[in-house]
Amino acid sequence: MVSETKVAIKNLYKIFGKDPAGMINHVQNGISKKELLEKYGSVLALNDVNIDIPARGIQVIMGLSGSGKSTLIRHVNRLIEPTSGEIIVDGQNVLGMSKTELREFRRHTASMVFQRFALLPHHTIVDNVSYGLTVQKVPKQEAAERSQQWIDRVGLTGYEKHFPSQLSGGMQQRVGLARALATDAEILLMDEAFSALDPLIRTDMQDVLLGLQEELHKTILFITHDLDEALRIGENIAILRDGFVVQKGTPQEIVLNPADKYVTDFIKDINRGRVLRVSSIMDSKKLKNGPEIERNMVLEDALQILSKAGVFEATVTEGGKSIGSVELGKMTTAIARPREKAGQSDTYR
Amino acid sequence: MSWYENIPTMERQELRDLKKFIDISFKDFSRTYGDGIETFFDPLLYFLVWFEKLLINAPWPLIILVIAILAWIGSRSWLVVAGTICSFLVIGYFGMWKDTMSTLAIISVSTLLCISVGIPIGILMSRSDRLQSMVTPVLDVMQTIPSFVYLIPVVMLLGIGKVPGLIAVCIYAIPPIVRLTNLGIRLVDKEVLEAAESFGASYNQKLFGVQIPLALPNIFAGVNQTIMMALAMVVIASMIGVKGLGVPVLRAVSNQYLALGLLNGLAIVALAIIFDRISQSFGKRLQKHLESAHGV
Ligand SMILES: Nc1ncnc2c1ncn2[C@@H]1O[C@H](COP(=O)(O)OP(=O)(O)O)[C@@H](O)[C@H]1O
Ligand SMILES: [Mg+2]
Repeated sequence: MVSETKVAIKNLYKIFGKDPAGMINHVQNGISKKELLEKYGSVLALNDVNIDIPARGIQVIMGLSGSGKSTLIRHVNRLIEPTSGEIIVDGQNVLGMSKTELREFRRHTASMVFQRFALLPHHTIVDNVSYGLTVQKVPKQEAAERSQQWIDRVGLTGYEKHFPSQLSGGMQQRVGLARALATDAEILLMDEAFSALDPLIRTDMQDVLLGLQEELHKTILFITHDLDEALRIGENIAILRDGFVVQKGTPQEIVLNPADKYVTDFIKDINRGRVLRVSSIMDSKKLKNGPEIERNMVLEDALQILSKAGVFEATVTEGGKSIGSVELGKMTTAIARPREKAGQSDTYR
Repeated sequence: MSWYENIPTMERQELRDLKKFIDISFKDFSRTYGDGIETFFDPLLYFLVWFEKLLINAPWPLIILVIAILAWIGSRSWLVVAGTICSFLVIGYFGMWKDTMSTLAIISVSTLLCISVGIPIGILMSRSDRLQSMVTPVLDVMQTIPSFVYLIPVVMLLGIGKVPGLIAVCIYAIPPIVRLTNLGIRLVDKEVLEAAESFGASYNQKLFGVQIPLALPNIFAGVNQTIMMALAMVVIASMIGVKGLGVPVLRAVSNQYLALGLLNGLAIVALAIIFDRISQSFGKRLQKHLESAHGV
């Protein structure tokens, strides 16, 4: 499926330190993050990042702590200035915008949800949700009405007059989400938005987000260090390591073909049966009889169908038409955790 | 005589010349600019005189009523209100009403002056590390130099009177409000500020909508300290012509009137306690819904 690109990140470099521009040469000549820090006292935060984010999709950026995720997402609305590179949104370079243009861009085009919520502690929930509108000088009455809609949508009806400190973490992040949605911006930037929440509440919030996305079709840039979360909500995933994108792809592609040891380590503990789909392991040459399985079904569900039917093979279908077959042995092999391949022992920590 | 027995000293004559030179230059300076500076402060003088007259001439029950209302607004505590009323009645009963009103006038005006000068300086300081590193030592000097020392140039420049007294009080009392405004703004949660920025808030929207409101408890602690320090300066300021409770204290010291000194001293203490309770509980109320707002 080809879709238009909403945000294009091109050759983005970010170096923290005294002479960032002067350091670019070293980086382009292949100096490592560690070496740059030891020799020149500069921190290589982003190293030639290129990502095309499709419109109305969810792009996940994943990586260990310190890999540059927060730095990257803050370039999209230019909370951080790059050392070099381009950010093209709807054909316009964000880095070329004047102060006023940038302010308008932040008010109307891209809004952000923060890891530690970053609510205004001295404002009530309704005033927090309408903050973006207040900044735009939308009349108070209208701002309150528009905010109320979003408060209702995220399930906080009745808490309008509360203060953030009176709410639990999960509820506070609902406020953060409503605040970001209230400006009707097309781009949603979420920096580890759910990482500070308890696992159960985190899953709740993922559902809230996915539910909203089904209707709203925002372009979402979602940062996480949690692969389960990435696989659950990402349509596309980019994996960052020391500021460098080591792999880009769909969840399937990443789980089936991890680019290196770093990615392999990331994916080794996930529930593969819940990520891999039948289509990725089916044999399209052999058509077999047996129970029918839709090609997009995850292996976990397909296995249940097979075991219920008590057979070893099944027909894979697409739109009711038979397009191939799949066998039990292949499915269990795919689900089993892959053994470490020899010779892949470089360290990255 | 070897060099380590006596520390090297300037020639006596040279030292005298140097001191003379400084004195004469400053005298020249004050002769040239003194009048101009005085005129500059005239509006302040008129305001202070007007306000002092207002307090002294108003009927005493009205003053007590107004102060009681202020105490209630500040503290929301009947105990503080009752204590305030009692203190003022006792002060009046012992014949210190007029001096207390004068002191009240100069404290109020100097606090207002400190706030209106100190908060902007504190805000500017919080914006620039360079300014902070320049202003901080000046504040340190203002707070530690014995107040008598800076009375000298102030008196040389402006003579004896209310305005020099007011300025002396302000020099002594302004550092806490500047420091705590600066600190308060610097302590504002970075992520909250970033959030405001990410929604396209302008400079003023950030300053007045986020930074100052969140710094308010600290700023208010600064106001409280400024009031306390202004009160502490009252006796010294009366040496250069400020009317109020400091005058009888000074008279008591030079004539060894124990009772007079004690009574007026206690009146100053009473004012200090009242102001402190009121402004502190007001500051605490400002913090109420901010508590525990930062964590998860
Ligand atoms: N303002 C800064 N000054 C210097 N180094 C920074 C700054 N911000 C981030 N870094 C460094 O850049 C790297 C990436 O940080 P960050 O983007 O916060 O990572 P992540 O969000 O993936 O944990 C880290 O090595 C971090 O120490
Ligand atoms: Mg981060």
